[in-house]
Amino acid sequence: MEKLISQFFDIPDAHLLPVYLEHGGYEAAKFMFQNLKPQDVELEVKKSSLRGLGGAGFGSGMKWSFVPRNTGKPIYLTVNADEGEPGTFKDRFVITHAPHLLLEGILICAYAVGIHKVYIYIRGEYEIQFERLNQAIQEAIEKNYLGKNILASGFDLEVIVHKGAGAYICGEETALLESLEGKKGFPRLKPPFPAAVGLFGCPTVIHNVETLSYLPFILKRSGEWFAKLGSPNNGGLRLFSVSGHVANPGIYERPLGIPLKQLIEDAGGVRSGRRLKAVVPGGLSASVLTASEIDVKMDFDSLRAIGSMGGSAGVIIMDDTACMVKALYVTMRFFGHESCGQCSPCREGTGWVSRILKRMVDGHGRPSDIDNLLDIGSFMGGTTICALADGAQMPLLSYLKKFRSEFEYHIKEKKCDLEIQMTEVR
Amino acid sequence: MPTLKIDNQDITVEKGTTVIQAAEKLGFVIPRYCYHPGLSIAGNCRMCLVEVEKMPKLQISCHIQCADGMVVNTETERVKKTRQHVLEFLLVNHPLDCPVCDQSGECWLQDYYMEHGLYESRLDEPKVKKQKAVPIGPTVMLDSERCILCSRCVRFCDEITKTNEFGIFNRGDHSEIGLYPGKELNNKYSGNVVDICPVGALTDIDFRFKCRVWYLRKVDSVCNGCSRGCNITLEVNTERPQHGHGERVMRIKPRYQPEINQWWICDEGRYGYKPIDHGRILEPARRSSGPPEIISWEDAITETVSGFQRFSKRSKEIAILLSPQLSNESLYLAKKLFSEKLGLDQIYLLSPSLEGSQDDFLIQADKNPNRKGAEILGFSEKESRIQELMDLVSSGKLKGLYLFGQDLVSIFTHRNMSEALRKLEFLVFQGTNSNLTSKMCHLILPSASYAETEGTFTNFEGKVQKFSQALLPIGDSRADVEIICQLARKLDFDWPYFNTEDVASEMQKKVPAFQNILASAPAFQEPFEEKVSK
Repeated sequence: MEKLISQFFDIPDAHLLPVYLEHGGYEAAKFMFQNLKPQDVELEVKKSSLRGLGGAGFGSGMKWSFVPRNTGKPIYLTVNADEGEPGTFKDRFVITHAPHLLLEGILICAYAVGIHKVYIYIRGEYEIQFERLNQAIQEAIEKNYLGKNILASGFDLEVIVHKGAGAYICGEETALLESLEGKKGFPRLKPPFPAAVGLFGCPTVIHNVETLSYLPFILKRSGEWFAKLGSPNNGGLRLFSVSGHVANPGIYERPLGIPLKQLIEDAGGVRSGRRLKAVVPGGLSASVLTASEIDVKMDFDSLRAIGSMGGSAGVIIMDDTACMVKALYVTMRFFGHESCGQCSPCREGTGWVSRILKRMVDGHGRPSDIDNLLDIGSFMGGTTICALADGAQMPLLSYLKKFRSEFEYHIKEKKCDLEIQMTEVR
Repeated sequence: MPTLKIDNQDITVEKGTTVIQAAEKLGFVIPRYCYHPGLSIAGNCRMCLVEVEKMPKLQISCHIQCADGMVVNTETERVKKTRQHVLEFLLVNHPLDCPVCDQSGECWLQDYYMEHGLYESRLDEPKVKKQKAVPIGPTVMLDSERCILCSRCVRFCDEITKTNEFGIFNRGDHSEIGLYPGKELNNKYSGNVVDICPVGALTDIDFRFKCRVWYLRKVDSVCNGCSRGCNITLEVNTERPQHGHGERVMRIKPRYQPEINQWWICDEGRYGYKPIDHGRILEPARRSSGPPEIISWEDAITETVSGFQRFSKRSKEIAILLSPQLSNESLYLAKKLFSEKLGLDQIYLLSPSLEGSQDDFLIQADKNPNRKGAEILGFSEKESRIQELMDLVSSGKLKGLYLFGQDLVSIFTHRNMSEALRKLEFLVFQGTNSNLTSKMCHLILPSASYAETEGTFTNFEGKVQKFSQALLPIGDSRADVEIICQLARKLDFDWPYFNTEDVASEMQKKVPAFQNILASAPAFQEPFEEKVSK
């Protein structure tokens, strides 16, 4: 099994510059400065069909080509390290074990687009990661991998790490920009898109930590090689955060397009004695899959085709002890708590839905609730500024549709049909 | 210039026009809450979603720009259903306390529910509790439960007054508008947030619980608070005197006028209506020594005229003090009578108020609505002229003085004005409100306020604007024009004028500067304005 980013997870002290250098660190950058023009880098990345691994799956090379180069304004790179999608913990691993890999990726992207200032917006709770990142930046500056005239190339790059304050919505790229500018994290109306009008009104490229961390491998080998690792149009590997009821939860670096069934097996399978019930394949915002849907390939396009999404690759496994009513309630409570409050359908809808579900969990559900929830849910998504409401809509509708009988049982019997089993497990 | 189709009608618009604006040009008012033509686009209420062909998602018409060949549908089943749901979302946590809410009757939640909602309520959950009846400044009361978080008030204070008092705090359905720490809503334009608040979240402390809005009669007028001449609507209640503590003017609202005040007015103007109902002089009166004695208009006019006849030939002995508060018509007629017919040369212009504050937006230091009009007619208030007048008064040479509302005792506090005035043989006060000086005058002629008459004011830029009569003159007061006409007739002058209209038509012919009266703007560009008013 080929390991790219995750090879560093097993190397002791890989976060330190000497160790990173020992394992081929900054070689891609050196090669780039000596042999490649910015447009060569962009072409190579386009060939790799590397997609945005933060969740949207947007083609990375394509993203760069939308940036206007001659506006007279600086171009910024903003690194989204505000990993907040429940079920996702890959960026934490990347920054903990391979901060220099991220910095090298940043360097490559900055060189390709002509960027000289980078902001890393890191989740506030990532204390160690924040320290390691700053330490890595210091090391890199000292050895001239960052700063002025990097490796005698004439290229300058400054990297600033900024801590978030705990809002999920600040992982939405335009809310992130607002927050970075010192304002309340409200997603912006689009257009204009950040590529044209982003941070401080300047053209801005926004990338997830993991996406950037694959760039050194693409330059070291080739775009074509990377593309072949994945499935068509979904290049390379990605880090799946597997959690929940599996024997060995953790980060699994696997090709885009690996069957979900295989991924679960790689994680040791469903914990012993239990049966698989449901899988959230791409972070909490993704539509839930039933046990009968695990033949799906875990790439962006295949998951979309069955009405879910690859998202942030946060794979949450639920076995037959999971109560879907409670799971949905917890999910919706999360979105209600994290809705920024701008758009009426999301602000009011997420809260309303979670109050109905709470009532259901408490044994006061009504027969009309399910259809009401389906109706409310269907008008929450697709009507708002950002995708948070869409992310709330997907679990809401999919849980209700795919596990309707469980909701009906809850309403009719005023309790969970799993309660007895649950106590047995405990 | 893109050409597009909205609800099967073709329209060509300027590049950059949004769909909501283009639809308005065609006469369709797409429902909205957060969109306001004078503010930036927030796009948060989602009420103006429309269907655009070839776009899978509904689009907010306040933000999407018209493009060539675009096909927009604003009334499809999908759009209507979505609108209904957006309304339902907005009402999820709304307290529905309409019976005790001042906004009732002009509330966009009520109006849009009747127009686009009409669904059966299925809401059975407890509502989120928020703070209610919080005075957030001297003029505005906040009720967070009623708020739909459209952010109009936030944007107003950020973009128009640039005072940045408001923010949105907390998240999700616990979001609330509020003041930043240490701030209160106390800028010179605070009251506008009440006008632009589409619901009952921000209400006017001054208007609170005075009168139900459906009892109000609305009349176009022009603010007389300064020389800007902001367009206003006087909202009066005359049929139900039991409401509003017997006052007739209940509130003033701004009226859209792109050339002068756009959508806004200042608080000084908004709350400056109190003198219309308070401190008014109600009857003509005579005073010799002791308390004033109420007399008939007939007697008042006769006695005034006899005073003129005593002094007019020795014209140096009498002075007239015109006011820049008077309308163009009143000033024109006063000039005709005092200068042309009576041949007086001591005619001065004196503002009844001192200069006030000024800013770079609407507020002018000159607190008179018609100084420019007076100047056009040849009356100016120069320091030297005022000095001359004051010397005249204190010298004892002057025998008669005819005032138009000025409170000389309060204006010239540094002079022993009451002493000097007491020496005059003939002191006439024609004005609306009593003051220290009116209490010393021999004859008091009560005149109608600007709200009780009609006419034109010329603002400091020379724009001539018409104001209409909203109320009958209080008590036995009469319009200035009418009083001047009566004096002229009593003096047996050839006098072809009977009302303001007669004066206006002649004046406009003779004075070119008064010819172009600024057209009233089409109704305030907000959806419900038309239905409520008139």
